[in-house]
Amino acid sequence: MSETYEPKIVAFFCNWCTYLAADLAGTSRLKYAPNTRVIRVMCSGRIDPQFVLEAFAKGADGVLIGGCHPGDCHYQEGNYKALRRYYLLKRMLREMGIEDERFRLEWISAAEGERVKVVVNDMVQKLRALGPRRVPCEAKPQAMEVMAS
Amino acid sequence: MSGKAKVAFYWCASCGGCEEAVVDLAEKILDVTAAVDIVLWPVALDFKRRDIEAMADGSITVTFLNGAIRSSEQEEMVHLLRKKSQVMIAFGSCSQLGGIPGLANLWDRQTIFQAVYKDSPSTVNAEGTTPQTSFQEDGRTATLPVFADTVRTLDQVVDVDYYIPGCAPTSKMLMDAVEALLAGKLPPKGSVLAPDKALCDECQRRDSKPEKLAIAEFKRPHEILADPEKCLLAQGLLCLGPATRGGCGALCPAGNMPCTGCYGPTSRVRDYGAKALTSLASIVDASDDETIQKVLAGIPDPIGTLYRYSLPASLLKRKVMEAKSNVD
Repeated sequence: MSETYEPKIVAFFCNWCTYLAADLAGTSRLKYAPNTRVIRVMCSGRIDPQFVLEAFAKGADGVLIGGCHPGDCHYQEGNYKALRRYYLLKRMLREMGIEDERFRLEWISAAEGERVKVVVNDMVQKLRALGPRRVPCEAKPQAMEVMAS
Repeated sequence: MSGKAKVAFYWCASCGGCEEAVVDLAEKILDVTAAVDIVLWPVALDFKRRDIEAMADGSITVTFLNGAIRSSEQEEMVHLLRKKSQVMIAFGSCSQLGGIPGLANLWDRQTIFQAVYKDSPSTVNAEGTTPQTSFQEDGRTATLPVFADTVRTLDQVVDVDYYIPGCAPTSKMLMDAVEALLAGKLPPKGSVLAPDKALCDECQRRDSKPEKLAIAEFKRPHEILADPEKCLLAQGLLCLGPATRGGCGALCPAGNMPCTGCYGPTSRVRDYGAKALTSLASIVDASDDETIQKVLAGIPDPIGTLYRYSLPASLLKRKVMEAKSNVD
């Protein structure tokens, strides 16, 4: 089971750094795990925590955020805002029973194609070790789960 | 009964505070009863379930239903009331968003029973008895409603026409709703019957809110003597005004207490806690990992604070449950 399990990772990459890094990884013919679905956003500061929660609610096994290194944000401080939200959101997710490994923030500059490869591979490996995420409650909707017969 | 409009009030998983909003109408309740017949109100009047069952479908003009849905009995009652009512209004935070009882979605039936009937220090329960849905003695069977693992909002169980937010809603909101109903001046179905603006917009302290907020330390109300005029967020108090719908008249800030978010999100927001998180975390006055975490440690209970009234209505709805048997 665990050999065939392929985690799905929703990756939000910022337009100016990490998305370009992923592009570089591609043009450099770097090979890395195909488990991420990359969504390009203008800035890591644009990532509303609702996006992350929605990804998890819809069954993502992990969410990866990629932004510019501190000090390098195209919009001055978007990545700092992302960082502040990340720490609080991570604590909330932990309380909701979503393991730390499933939510990750990385600073990856446009020159670091190799880093995209390393981070994605590492995250996939960790999520594989964790196994499939337990079913979000959406899968057991309206009917009472414990309705005794 | 006369040809007057028929109104029902019912409660599910709630504290009774919403009933207080009705009682708080004071002498205005006479205007209400002059205009409508109350056909069900368990907290005050002696109508029974069978009285409702005997009514024709759709014969109740409007049901104001407060409380979240947790037990099978509550589920049955809201299905019954939905069938008998032309308009179903989710009244109050619990019914609209899950409310305080919704925080129990951080646990499930088994862990709640364990805490309440076994572990709590004030409990004497040598046999370790927990509520059973059915119990036999002397050839008779006693039954109790099923206690679900998950607390749900009203609209996760039945179709809801309107929402009146608040913990509890102010009696003015109830009066406005009754008047709008009687005048046939209701907004589109699914609307929240409250202004669609953030609380800050109607807060008396609004003018003292700085252009750029920055919080170096979150403080709790008992830790400081809050300035009665100045924006509470600017004083470091965790005020949820920026993320919360207005309509209450900023009662808590007027009483020198920060907003806890009972009116829920505005119409543009899907997940209240996520937005409250955004508004608070973004103004943390720190840019390095260590200081950020130190400042955020000033919010000791993020779920209980940011989802205080809305966990069941959130995108994740509840904590991930351990797989286990469903029977006691």
